[in-house]
Amino acid sequence: MKFAHLIWCNLKRKKLRTFLTLLSILVAFVLFGMLMAIKQALSGGVQLAGADRLMVRDKVSIIQFLPVSYKARMERIPGVALATHQTWFGGVYQDPKNFFMQNPVIPGEFLEMHPEFILPPEQKKAWLQTRTGAIVGRKTADRFHWKIGGKVPIKSAIFPKDGGDGVWVFDIVGIFEGREKGTDTTPMFFRYDYFDEARSSWAKGQVGWYTIRVQDPAKAAEIAKRVDQEFANSSSETKTEPEGAFLQGWASQICNITLIVSSILGAVFFTMLLVSGNTMSQSVRERTGELGVQKAIGFTNAQIVSLVLAESCLLTTLGAVLGLGLAWMLTSRGDPTGGLLPLFYLPVPDLFIGLGISLVLGVATGFFPALGAMRLRVADALRRM
Amino acid sequence: MAGPINWLLQIVSIARFGLLSIPRRRGAVVATVFGIAGVVTVLVGVLSIAAGFERAMAVSGSPDTAIVLRSGADSEMVSGLGRDETRVIADSPGVAHSAEGPLSSAELFVIIDIPKRSSGSDANVPLRGVERAAFQVHDNFKIIRGRMFDWGKDEVVVGTGAAEEFDGLEVGSTIKVGRAQWPVVGIFTANGGVAESEIWTGATVLQETYHRGDSFQSVQAKLISPGAYEQFRDALTSNPQLNVKVQRQTDYYFERSETMSRLITTLGFLIAFLMAIGAVFGALNTMYSSVSTRTREIGTLRALGFGAGAVVVALMIESLVLALIGGVLGGSVAYFAFNGFHTSTMNFQSFSQVAFAFRVTPQLLLRGIIWAAAIGLIGGLLPAIRAARLPIATALREL
Amino acid sequence: MSESQTTDGALVRVERVEKVFHRGSEDIHVLSDLSLEVPAREFLALMGPSGSGKSTLLNLIGGLDRPTKGTVTVGGERVDELSDRELAHWRARHVGFIFQLYNLMPVLNAEQNVELPLLLTHLSKAERREHVRAALDVVGLSNRAKHFPRTLSGGEQQRVGIARGIVTDPTILLCDEPTGDLDRKAGDGILDLLQALNREHGKTIIMVTHDPHASKRAARTVYLDKGQLGNEPLQ
Repeated sequence: MKFAHLIWCNLKRKKLRTFLTLLSILVAFVLFGMLMAIKQALSGGVQLAGADRLMVRDKVSIIQFLPVSYKARMERIPGVALATHQTWFGGVYQDPKNFFMQNPVIPGEFLEMHPEFILPPEQKKAWLQTRTGAIVGRKTADRFHWKIGGKVPIKSAIFPKDGGDGVWVFDIVGIFEGREKGTDTTPMFFRYDYFDEARSSWAKGQVGWYTIRVQDPAKAAEIAKRVDQEFANSSSETKTEPEGAFLQGWASQICNITLIVSSILGAVFFTMLLVSGNTMSQSVRERTGELGVQKAIGFTNAQIVSLVLAESCLLTTLGAVLGLGLAWMLTSRGDPTGGLLPLFYLPVPDLFIGLGISLVLGVATGFFPALGAMRLRVADALRRM
Repeated sequence: MAGPINWLLQIVSIARFGLLSIPRRRGAVVATVFGIAGVVTVLVGVLSIAAGFERAMAVSGSPDTAIVLRSGADSEMVSGLGRDETRVIADSPGVAHSAEGPLSSAELFVIIDIPKRSSGSDANVPLRGVERAAFQVHDNFKIIRGRMFDWGKDEVVVGTGAAEEFDGLEVGSTIKVGRAQWPVVGIFTANGGVAESEIWTGATVLQETYHRGDSFQSVQAKLISPGAYEQFRDALTSNPQLNVKVQRQTDYYFERSETMSRLITTLGFLIAFLMAIGAVFGALNTMYSSVSTRTREIGTLRALGFGAGAVVVALMIESLVLALIGGVLGGSVAYFAFNGFHTSTMNFQSFSQVAFAFRVTPQLLLRGIIWAAAIGLIGGLLPAIRAARLPIATALREL
Repeated sequence: MSESQTTDGALVRVERVEKVFHRGSEDIHVLSDLSLEVPAREFLALMGPSGSGKSTLLNLIGGLDRPTKGTVTVGGERVDELSDRELAHWRARHVGFIFQLYNLMPVLNAEQNVELPLLLTHLSKAERREHVRAALDVVGLSNRAKHFPRTLSGGEQQRVGIARGIVTDPTILLCDEPTGDLDRKAGDGILDLLQALNREHGKTIIMVTHDPHASKRAARTVYLDKGQLGNEPLQ
């Protein structure tokens, strides 16, 4: 565009001022990126929830068990493709601070239910053949430098192992990767049969919760109701909901992170608007005479306004691009809290949202200066110069 | 002749001119003050979350109360104790006594789903079953509305924090416990501690409803004095009939909240740090423009004989004053907007909700003002030096 | 649109023009019942004391302002009736302005400053470069094309201003005190240039000045005092 160099040169007018404004904008967008990553970490699992999966838990309390006999009954319900269970093991590896989830599962069914966990076929075979075998996610394996063939001792307060010192020992037979960027690869999964046999008798035959795959995701809510009806008069009533709804509920228990993030960003961008708005106002005010000349030469009001807005938008967008780029680099280094937010990354759609915001900011910043430039009367402007 | 008094007078004059020229550079001044105010508001606001959460955990325990769990359990959730064990613990040395017997309450709890008022979706709320001695053990417990539940009846009382955060917990309403509806007969406070996020009932009825047999999850015991703790602990850990873990209640709650506190504080400081950097650039920018508007004035003053050093100091004082105004403004907004704001979050370690209020403490406000001052000083330094070093002739020629 | 003349040969025709400025509750009559005709290819000087309204008259002819009463016709076009947007387009095509204080943009170099009016046309980059080169040749500054205003002398800056004024080949050149800020020698150089533009290139020039030395270079001088036009200076 032929006016491009004019716009660019106007920004170079007071280099220091432009530079500092750019830096303020840059930092605001780094903050934006970090907050988006935090928001994603605290509530992001929801998008990745399986559309064709339901969570079934005890209606009375999430910490109550369900009988393992429910599995067969669930699979007989029309619309249910597969039902499998998991249980909260609550184990500790060396130190409670090394927290990660370890759940007993039925290996073949589990992998079928969760295609987002990618396990090489030979490792899957090994798991099916090794009773004490466990598969662990890439993140946790890397964290503790576990290799296939290693042995991992876990102590569970809920389910102490029968006999011996109560410590469970598992053989690492596989390390799984996540299909998407946001897939959680911190958990460890081991075999239910080993678990059930070696745990205390009072707990045998009890599992934590079920996951059901439905044949038709469109009918998910309907099938959820059917499941609950099936067990309405049994020893343990169930509460069934789509996986996404369950995770959403979980996330909203922590806090309304979206509200917090929006409030902070609101304050930040408002402040930024003041600073860059002030810069643009000053810059335009200094150019009164030049603007008069441009009008005299024949620039229309529309053109003058566009040039001012283009300048402010260029400033904010440049700052945003640099800031978002820096945020990207910082967030790709992973969790800043040392283990509390394992799924820490900046989602790409948020980058585009950031750019959109920078354009809005650019227009808002340039609005009043552009208005002033437009209203300028040529004769006054020239005289003032 | 330049003496220290003369120097101070110079500074005052320059500062006065600066004050008088504020109407001319309204835009930059407003941007500086509000920019810094914004940073301080966010800083104080975010850190008040951590302060509130920590307080809720801190006032939850007393040093003269001990909590006993099964060995290896790091929270009540995963602990289990039989009735016999709880009797042994109650009869141990160090436990205080009343006319009715030892001040020891064996307790168990379950998690029930109740919708959160703010989100409308279900949240995990602890329902705790206690023994009669509980109210002397948890001695900051006080019924403020309604009445205490009757022992042996299917009734509950609700903590005031829980009543605020969750739907349908008023005196006279009912909650679903197991398959039945139990009435809420009273609301209690516990000095702002974690207990206020809970719902309480009798241990026996809870055991029956949840088929817990005669098992509990913890024993909370009031000791004769804080000093009796060691005696109590040693007696229990050396007893071959028991396999338990003993902690002071204060230590227990502290550990319980560590993860959450760490998360909130880390994130809070990360955000605040980034904002502060942005604020420094913003302050530099607005201070530079503030100063450049007055180039000719400052040049005139220096031509008249005012010292360069006095100029620098006066300009920095001005920057500091503006920043402090912004800091006070930001702190006030944070206080009125956030202090006492009730919310709740899920404590990962206990799997259940903790209701707490944001706390804007005096230390936090002070910290906010110090940050503001630092930003003002850093932001004002370079522009001030530049203004003082500009050759006077050049300054006088500026429009 | 070419330099078409009105029926009696005048390129510029100002008829019974009045200009009133409102300052608060006061009305200031800057021009009253003023008429003027300027034939094509004339070099006209407008003289008068400060506040006599010469710049205002120039602004009306140049389409920078509208008269309160009366008409302004330039090249057959009723300038006083055009809308703001139409005036902008009209000015871009028909008028070259030369100001007292050069009014160059400090962030652009000489040739970029000269190019400025051409950005409003549909000429290609190559064509624009051609015109700029030609304009700089005419004012004798081809060798300073890449210099920024701050490295040019006062006289050189004004030459750049003139180059900018002629680069679109406008119908008229309007100069407001073009030598006002220059020393005698530089000023003479500028006036030489203006005369050359008028005689050799046939440009119609209206120049406002308060310097009798400058007005002598013009073919005709009219005198403005208190909003009234006369052919003799008033004492």
